[in-house]
Amino acid sequence: MIIENSPVILSVKNLTATVDETLILKGMNLEIRAGEIHAIMGPNGSGKSTFSKVLAGHPDYKVTGGEVMYLGQNLLDLEPEDRARSGIFLAFQYPLEIPGVSNLDFLRVAYNSKRKHEGLEELDAFDFDELIQQKLDVVKMDTSFLNRSVNEGFSGGEKKRNEILQMALLDPKLAILDETDSGLDIDALKIVANGVNQLSRADNAMLVITHYQRLLEYIVPDYVHVMANGRIIRTGSKDLALELEERGYDWVLDEEAVAS
Amino acid sequence: MTTTVKSIVNQPYKYGFVTQIESDTIPAGLNEDVIRLISAKKNEPDFMLDFRLRAYRQWLKMEDPRWAAVSYPPIDYQSIVYYSAPKQKEKLKSLEDVDPTLLETFEKLGIPLSEQKRLSNVAVDAIFDSVSVATTFREKLAEHGVIFCSISEAVREYPDLVQKYLGSVVPIGDNYFAALNSAVFSDGSFVYIPKNTKCPMELSTYFRINNGESGQFERTLIVAEAGSSVSYLEGCTAPMFDTNQLHAAVVELVALDNAEIKYSTVQNWYAGDKEGKGGIYNFVTKRGLCQGVNSKISWTQVETGSAITWKYPSCVLVGDNSVGEFYSVALTNNHQQADTGTKMVHIGKNTRSTIVSKGISAGQSKNSYRGLVKIGPKAEGARNYSQCDSMLIGDNAGANTFPYIQVQNNTAKVEHEASTSKIGEDQLFYFAQRGISMEDAISMMISGFCRDVFNQLPMEFAVEADRLLSLKLEGSVG
Repeated sequence: MIIENSPVILSVKNLTATVDETLILKGMNLEIRAGEIHAIMGPNGSGKSTFSKVLAGHPDYKVTGGEVMYLGQNLLDLEPEDRARSGIFLAFQYPLEIPGVSNLDFLRVAYNSKRKHEGLEELDAFDFDELIQQKLDVVKMDTSFLNRSVNEGFSGGEKKRNEILQMALLDPKLAILDETDSGLDIDALKIVANGVNQLSRADNAMLVITHYQRLLEYIVPDYVHVMANGRIIRTGSKDLALELEERGYDWVLDEEAVAS
Repeated sequence: MTTTVKSIVNQPYKYGFVTQIESDTIPAGLNEDVIRLISAKKNEPDFMLDFRLRAYRQWLKMEDPRWAAVSYPPIDYQSIVYYSAPKQKEKLKSLEDVDPTLLETFEKLGIPLSEQKRLSNVAVDAIFDSVSVATTFREKLAEHGVIFCSISEAVREYPDLVQKYLGSVVPIGDNYFAALNSAVFSDGSFVYIPKNTKCPMELSTYFRINNGESGQFERTLIVAEAGSSVSYLEGCTAPMFDTNQLHAAVVELVALDNAEIKYSTVQNWYAGDKEGKGGIYNFVTKRGLCQGVNSKISWTQVETGSAITWKYPSCVLVGDNSVGEFYSVALTNNHQQADTGTKMVHIGKNTRSTIVSKGISAGQSKNSYRGLVKIGPKAEGARNYSQCDSMLIGDNAGANTFPYIQVQNNTAKVEHEASTSKIGEDQLFYFAQRGISMEDAISMMISGFCRDVFNQLPMEFAVEADRLLSLKLEGSVG
């Protein structure tokens, strides 16, 4: 929802970044305010996933210029774990498998890291168990998920639901969903989207990265950005997504070429 | 890399200090006179000197084994000191007579020996260079008929038992290092559990090398009579020296009918520095004989130290229905090399063995599992299950698995599973993105990887082993 004068959560200015010395982000500009849902769409290789990894602080991505302010502080100064603890959540396109570490332990340690960061007391195993049972409902997951190793042997849909479960637990200020719809059948997609919608509030924000319009039928964005060649080249309302679905990306790219 | 990780990486080996103490040290070098001198210093009966000399003559004819996947320059056996003992009163009446410097040393190592501070339910034999300096809880154990003392005392006080069992599991000419040990061993522990007795507490030996030139050649013998059981744990540390020191131990276990021996090791010898300078060469022969029916021997080892580890704790399953187990975590970092595993030799009917090996390699280290499962022609219905998992940390470490399987009886069932995994930067990033620090991430992954083995350790040591591994690995990624 767009709320007049709501606080700025994320402000990205002229951001440039490289991977293995190759320039991928070539001047990103984006402002996200509390309550808003933004979608970034764009063809393969436009830099969408890179942008999400840069925000989360992946060590392989080097920022070479520009600035990123998050809740009034310089995000680029923070270690990845501190970004996470202060409320940035990235739902991975390909969630990692962690053999030998139970989902329950993983969730508890993650949750307590955040509590500690906020100066709160860590939850013991019993209190945590109560909390996580409630969160399981958000993504309609069975308790047995908790005792399995993190993502190990999970189906594609289960992995994505596990991401949303983590998101529900960690209650981020800024959630970034990187192609969360990829590899999901329609039922799983509905569960995931429903989970995300439940978590969207006036005091947080979502950045949904997707290739297809399909997800946006369920998670309705306030803004749709088209990314190409490392920059946002067009911003519009949710209708832009429908237009892209119908006409493809070429016309936006052509208009952009003419304009510049 | 974050600053905390850096500071932990640069943290020196905690046990690397040297104790300043006056020693009775013989000149370096090895010949028959040196062996006679060691035997004389220990007031040994003739059979013992004879045992040593026979071993020495065998050793002279043998060659240093080079089949393990480790590399090191030739060892100069004439430059090693074969006997070094802290000077103290001849006969210790009680712990109050032990040199306070030694008590302090062991306290610093976390092994308090004094009455007030000792571990509540663990009896400890503390060995410093070549001799045992103290054994706790002896009287209490004696009430149950359990003998727990240094092997030197056992040779003098229980010569019949020693003569009967010493060399019965690992013969003097078994291998190069076992022969050397048989010739020059200076101390070690002796445990005897009488019939139908459950040892009332954990037994433990703590080995400390202090002298920079001396080797440590300890000898441990555990005999469990019919229907008895015992759990034994050994721990090891050494100061940091630039030179390499040789540690060549022999451990022999004998389990009679229905007896059970559980032998656990947490090995943390000095591993050398980051460039691979210094560290202990750990060439050890450990073997258990399940002589009686329904007997059981279980080895659990957590190997984290030493520049080189060459060690294959084995079980010879002679008694029908006897059981052998081997649970191992071997961790190598920097330039450490480990070639370790087990041998399960099935001779009796319906013998069973389980092997669970977890190798973790970081830095430029090399970590090999080498194991033999042998099913003899009369081992009807024998079964073995082996699981060998390797975990690589970073891009420069190596892991090998060398399973040898020999089956001479077609009713036997042998299973082998192996896997290799890697702690990668992407996994660590996943943890970090959920707010979990690199330290916690590595520690969680390693604990998970090692769980099957840590579950076998006595509780207080399992926690210690878990902590030790995390500490050793921090900073090896990123």
